[in-house]
Amino acid sequence: MNCVAKINRRSFVVGTAAAGGGLALGFDLPFGPKLAQAEVGGPEVNAWVVVQPDETVIIRIARSEMGQGTLTGLAQLAAEELECDWSRVKYEFPTPGQNVARKRVWGDFFTAGSRGIRESNDFVRKGGAAARIMLVQAAAEQWKVPAAECTAADGVITHKASSRSTTYGKVADTAGKIEPPSDIQLKDPKDWKIIGKGLKRLDTAEKVTGKAIYGIDVRLPGMLYAAIKACPVNGGKVKSFDAAKITGNKGVKKVVQIEDNAIAVIGDSWWQAKTALDALPITWDEGENAKVSSESIAAWLKEGLDVEQAFVGNKGGDVKAALGGAAQKIEAVYNYPYQNHATLEPQNAVARYTADKCEVWCSTQNGEQALATASEACGLPIPKCEVYKTFLGGGFGRRSTSQDYVRQAVLVAKEIPGTPVKLLWTREEDMTHGWYHPITQCKLTAGFDKDKNLTALHVRISGQSILAKVRPAALQEGRDPATFSGFYPGGAEAAIGYSIPNILVDHSMRNPHIYPGFWRGVNINHNAIYLECFMDELAKEAGVDPLEFRRKLMAQHPKHLAVLNAVATKAGWGTPAGQDVHRGLAQCMAFGSYVAACAEVSVNGNNVKIHRIVAATDPGYAVNPAQIERQVAGSFVYGLTALFMGECTVKAGRIEQENFDTYDMMRIAQMPKVETIVMPSGGFWGGVGEPTIAVAAPAVLNAVAAATGKRYRSFPLKQHGLTMA
Amino acid sequence: MARLTVNGQLHTVDADPDTPLLWVLRDHIGLTGTKYGCGIAQCGACTVHMDGMAVRSCSVPISLVDGKQITTIEGLAQNGTLHKVQKAWVDHDVPQCGYCQSGMIMAVAALLKDKPKPSDEDINREITNICRCGTYQQVREAIHAATSA
Repeated sequence: MNCVAKINRRSFVVGTAAAGGGLALGFDLPFGPKLAQAEVGGPEVNAWVVVQPDETVIIRIARSEMGQGTLTGLAQLAAEELECDWSRVKYEFPTPGQNVARKRVWGDFFTAGSRGIRESNDFVRKGGAAARIMLVQAAAEQWKVPAAECTAADGVITHKASSRSTTYGKVADTAGKIEPPSDIQLKDPKDWKIIGKGLKRLDTAEKVTGKAIYGIDVRLPGMLYAAIKACPVNGGKVKSFDAAKITGNKGVKKVVQIEDNAIAVIGDSWWQAKTALDALPITWDEGENAKVSSESIAAWLKEGLDVEQAFVGNKGGDVKAALGGAAQKIEAVYNYPYQNHATLEPQNAVARYTADKCEVWCSTQNGEQALATASEACGLPIPKCEVYKTFLGGGFGRRSTSQDYVRQAVLVAKEIPGTPVKLLWTREEDMTHGWYHPITQCKLTAGFDKDKNLTALHVRISGQSILAKVRPAALQEGRDPATFSGFYPGGAEAAIGYSIPNILVDHSMRNPHIYPGFWRGVNINHNAIYLECFMDELAKEAGVDPLEFRRKLMAQHPKHLAVLNAVATKAGWGTPAGQDVHRGLAQCMAFGSYVAACAEVSVNGNNVKIHRIVAATDPGYAVNPAQIERQVAGSFVYGLTALFMGECTVKAGRIEQENFDTYDMMRIAQMPKVETIVMPSGGFWGGVGEPTIAVAAPAVLNAVAAATGKRYRSFPLKQHGLTMA
Repeated sequence: MARLTVNGQLHTVDADPDTPLLWVLRDHIGLTGTKYGCGIAQCGACTVHMDGMAVRSCSVPISLVDGKQITTIEGLAQNGTLHKVQKAWVDHDVPQCGYCQSGMIMAVAALLKDKPKPSDEDINREITNICRCGTYQQVREAIHAATSA
């Protein structure tokens, strides 16, 4: 995050939601006079907290829950300050429409970039604290004693002097009418009792019984189903289609063109709609983009490795001069492919449109953008639209800045006013119309002095910008700052962990017609491969142990160094790893956290067996270490799948891989043992859902190089015949 | 018309014979705990039990289900008591997004019928469901916990 503008909640305009929201917005304390009673049948103390007469505490969670555990972590933050009984905590998701109506009382709904907790911790804790103050005040007024003489713990308010006590449930109604406090002191972290504990998730029971509702599961009375097919080439259009061929099919209600590039079939059941759509003759005008292929993209990116003009992300000293005077130059070129998110729940949404109301039920990482998208698609103003968020069957960035499925669902529903319609993409549609991990190539050029000290490093990235497509307003004079994740010269987000006297990191932007999108980790994933693999290449060239080579450059980066040292120590770096087992290291900073990994692998022919990965993360404050461990282990599954198997290729302008038979993923058999070190050093809030994904691939690649002497620089590794054993 | 017993209840369903069991369960009967992931029997999100065997319901046409006993995730718990796999999942806090877990749990429950104490190799061979969040480490721990009691 580059700049944080303070925006008064009262002057905030809804229009920003359409721009995506979230990247650079700060908020005043998002609680205040309540504007609506909770719909859950209990008194609302404030926007964040509802306490029911039976002492159930409902904490409102604005961010989306897609597996990353933010629901539980945010509830812990509020509960810590609320001093409630954790065993009575439940949750609910407020709607984006309520947020607009209540002047964005819950702040931002955008859930991406591992920002859920790190961006909202302050106001969520204050929401809990304000509710506590009001509850205590209510009891004190009832007893006619000063509130300062009362204490609160586990949902019980006590006035020791008069030996009286009451419970939150009994005073909640009165508390909700009290003027919210303006001065809120948060607890000192050393006094935390709920934050920092590895508590169980709040959403497990419903997820093991099939009761959890995802977007795909929403069922409304009288609902119809829709299947859709858009032109497989981005930019292409519908030329013609022969609806008469299927209009008589059983269950088919309507065949409709959606905008200029898609056809949808509405039916009594999804299977009938999908089967009819498969049988529908459609001719596409695929346009110029149909000429594009993986080869043509690669050639275009390759040119970018050597052109003069490039956006600068990090510049120190004089790289050109230093490389010119270097005793030795080392160069390597890497490349990284397009990858689909493959959220296990394909894109879908249920929409109901009438002349004065449009409602959408969906899995989304960005409720407010879904709301703005619905409004824009149907033409009704935002107050006449509403979005109901469900659980997400995976997000990983796919459901963040791109609400294309919401737009389509609304446009389909508009064709049949008053009737709710569930639009569901096939897996094939989902694979074909992704917002892919962007494609890049990278040339790294290093200079050594005569003693093999690293004196200069030029990193040239050539390839696609996400922001240029999804949020052009966030570009800085054309430059996409996110491209340089992990290479920033400093700051709290993703700074490089090495001091190199002459450094230049620059980006030649080349944007093919394939849509790029945020993706678990995204830019840091390939950037960490480029830098951390090259570091090992340089260490080898210098004849120095890779850990020692790094340490020498990291003296000024103690937090980076601490996580690296932690994994090296726990893994036993420098001691034998076992018969034919080799180790590899990687470290980086991303999403505000410092992370490192040490992988242990053996290579037998083309089979790579990953025996063990030791990972460390310093997220500043660790809200729930047990969930952090799960995020770390999970991030390696996503990261190693990407490294070994993840590739979407382009032929005749379209993505070739249409389903999981050609886009394979890790299974349990390939899961290495992951040992996680959670080492919060305090004083800052880093993310946990994504950062460690970035060290998975380079740690394994460095171990593979140690095992085989071979350095792989293009991905996925299946290109080289390598498989995960 | 197809007749099938789902979680002990007989249903008569008006669906074309080639309609996959998955869509009959979800859209005709309204049991949405069974999930759609790929439609080609790769991911296992749609796993249910057919006469006690784990099947990927996206690839079983309803014509083959006539007269069969189907158990879905909604019917795994008996008389309000969670199945031991579900219980282990709760104890080990396995699910993340949870979308794959219905299928994962049904696959594991079927495995345990055949092999009450599966080895890691058994698990590797038999449990091939895809989890994109990457819960595999917890899945393995929970399976062993469920079977060691």
